[in-house]
Amino acid sequence: MSEPGKKRSSLAIWLPLALFGAFFALVIWGLVRPADREVASAFIGKPLPQFDLPAATADRPGLATAQMTGKPRLLNVFASWCVPCAVEAPQLAALRDQGIEIDGVAIRDRTEDLNRFLDSYGNPFARIGKDDLSEVQLAIGSSGVPETFVIDAKGVIRYQHIGEIRPEDVPLIVAKLKEAQS
Amino acid sequence: MKRLVLIVLALFAAMPLAAQDQLPPAPYAYRQLDDPALEAKAQGLMETLRCLKCQSQSIADSDAPMAGDMRHQVRTRIAAGEQPEAIRAWLIERYGDYVSYAPQNKPIMWPLFAAPLVILLLAALLLRGRFRKGSKSEASE
Repeated sequence: MSEPGKKRSSLAIWLPLALFGAFFALVIWGLVRPADREVASAFIGKPLPQFDLPAATADRPGLATAQMTGKPRLLNVFASWCVPCAVEAPQLAALRDQGIEIDGVAIRDRTEDLNRFLDSYGNPFARIGKDDLSEVQLAIGSSGVPETFVIDAKGVIRYQHIGEIRPEDVPLIVAKLKEAQS
Repeated sequence: MKRLVLIVLALFAAMPLAAQDQLPPAPYAYRQLDDPALEAKAQGLMETLRCLKCQSQSIADSDAPMAGDMRHQVRTRIAAGEQPEAIRAWLIERYGDYVSYAPQNKPIMWPLFAAPLVILLLAALLLRGRFRKGSKSEASE
């Protein structure tokens, strides 16, 4: 009569230790796992919000939602003060040379800084809108610079690339632009 | 010594390269609304919105330029008569629940709210068993 009860309690005695072990493993996993600090936009698949930004430089027009239809394009959120934005410049130039239209949104930037940046790293943009209050950035769910959005012919956001575009990222972005054509 | 001076100079020369913009903060980033009631409303909302640049801070706590721009947007929209929860919903639509510190009532939260009840129920069952055993052994004595 007392035998099964004894057996159960001898197993139960290990339960707290097992729970503690599981908790410990969870903590270690949380500490070791590389942190993912990117906040992806929840606005993929939705049409671009309405905006009309003034021109950020003298030689490129500003950027308005109304102009962003007709064919797939890239919307590049960047700034002259952003170091990785210089890193992606050759990739943006290569995409532009493939005939892809790239529109820029300059976040919290001064015209003279922007001119210096574009002079030294190239200007792949068809238009550059001046977003001094990060309004367009917030409206499309972008949380940093640089970020690049694929916009389809109807003006719907189809894909978001967070961080600088590296040479190995270019094929994926070209593929997403092709997808956006359909 | 000369090398040290050069290194120190190089450090200063490198400063402007730091990723920080040169623009002054947005008008309402550090300025309160004139109406204290509206400012209180805005403050309440800003304390429960996550800064996307410095993710363990609220936008009310953060000095990141983007947090300043978010405060500017919250204050101007509150001043224009928008409700705080509408602004929160607008941001959640763009950044997901992550942007809000205030828990949203969604099915994924239910286990969290149910857990205390379940634990209480379990405790009651356990105690009931104990009391019964106790009264039985007393009775047998």
